[in-house]
Amino acid sequence: MKLEMKDAPGQLVAALKPISEIGGNIIAVIHQRDEKSVGDVLGVQIVLKIQESRLNTLIEQIKSQGVNVVRIGKERLLYTQTVIIIGHIMHTDLGDTVDRIDCTGYAEVTELNLVMPAINEPSSARIVIRAVNRENMDQAMDILRSVAREKKLLIIEPLGEIQ
Amino acid sequence: MKIAILGMGAVGRGLLEMVDQKNLGLVVTGIADSKSALMDKDGIHIEEVLEAKREHGFCGDKSLSAMDIILHGDYDALVEVTPTNAMTGEPALSFIKAALERGKHVVTSNKGPIAREYSMLQSLADQHGVQVRYEATVGGAIPVMHALKHGLAGNRILAILGILNGTCNYILTRMAAEGLTYEQALMEAREMGYAEADPTYDVKGIDTAIKLVILSNAIWGGNTVLEDVDITGIDSLTTDALRLAEEQNCTIRLVAEAVPQKRILRVAPRILPWTHPLVVEGSLNAISIKTDMAGEITLIGKGAGSVETASAIIGDLIFIRDSHAGRH
Repeated sequence: MKLEMKDAPGQLVAALKPISEIGGNIIAVIHQRDEKSVGDVLGVQIVLKIQESRLNTLIEQIKSQGVNVVRIGKERLLYTQTVIIIGHIMHTDLGDTVDRIDCTGYAEVTELNLVMPAINEPSSARIVIRAVNRENMDQAMDILRSVAREKKLLIIEPLGEIQ
Repeated sequence: MKIAILGMGAVGRGLLEMVDQKNLGLVVTGIADSKSALMDKDGIHIEEVLEAKREHGFCGDKSLSAMDIILHGDYDALVEVTPTNAMTGEPALSFIKAALERGKHVVTSNKGPIAREYSMLQSLADQHGVQVRYEATVGGAIPVMHALKHGLAGNRILAILGILNGTCNYILTRMAAEGLTYEQALMEAREMGYAEADPTYDVKGIDTAIKLVILSNAIWGGNTVLEDVDITGIDSLTTDALRLAEEQNCTIRLVAEAVPQKRILRVAPRILPWTHPLVVEGSLNAISIKTDMAGEITLIGKGAGSVETASAIIGDLIFIRDSHAGRH
């Protein structure tokens, strides 16, 4: 979120305090002392993780500290995984393959690159899946694996972190 | 130390040459190939045997067999380097059992018997107070078994990841570098001598899976068998798939993966960033070991070749000699 506050001591702390109090996790704080900030107003961008239900309470609390919330950009699907699929991707109903992930509500196919060399030859696709969290990503991958078994597609997964 | 060698293929011959050239204190008292055998308790003249094999196609006396050497030869350690049968492990399995039952150490490069009957062979060796060592079965010249059992002793091994088949790695390297199709890269691998006439075991991921079974049993004990591994080969990979990976600064490699905590035991083509330590070129092998104390360790080296395999076998032999020195 982007905040505007007075360029005075204690202002930044006042703006950040409600975030930790409400159980949010601050990922980054970026000061912007560019020409646009007029007079004694300081622009600050904060990247944070918070439960969506607590967002409105947070905004109210920040405002009550005299800090102006200029803009909020939400990124709900934080986990990204790229997968390559080989096989008869179109003829096994690509729309359905994508839907099976999208309909979960916690994961989506957000990008698709498809190469179709010739009729009757297997196509190759690179898809990007985004999910709310790691557990959801694992669930989405399980769905994709079972779809692939059903449609005789080969899935090439990235080599993930060993936990 | 006196050794008897079964098998005079590329590995057996490479081993004999190295033992002959290098003064390692190893005396060869028995040799057998599939057709013949010879023994001499004072030491066989290696050059003569290699010459005989070249000229006649067999090494010694046709009335003698490998089993005669095992049961009646005068040796401390048997080196078993006969061809692999991945399904039954035979005849190597019977050879190894017979030597262990006679109270002789065994060193083998043969994946079949170790992948099939590791725990039986290990307990047979324990009963008779001898060792069975198999460094050469996985990763060629890479001393991964030594690293796991000695260098990393006391560590908990959390996971193992490996590029364990040089043929597959060569094919994937060439597909990525030159945009070759799978068929073209396989043909090239054959011409270069990296792939066998029947490459099924390699490209279907079976050879990699057998090596993963051997690693898994060596590290975590248990009785893992080939059928426990989830296997996908590289034979349906497309050049397009490699290009799609390349666009993300990644490539595709056939990776063996064992993570017991997550019950993962699988061989499959995987997407890896070019900067990943397991991304090695050509026919090289690489093995990453994740441990609790040492963190992550990656070993890279030549996964095949007669002299490279001889290196692993000689390492095992000298380890046995040194660890039993003074006991006899």
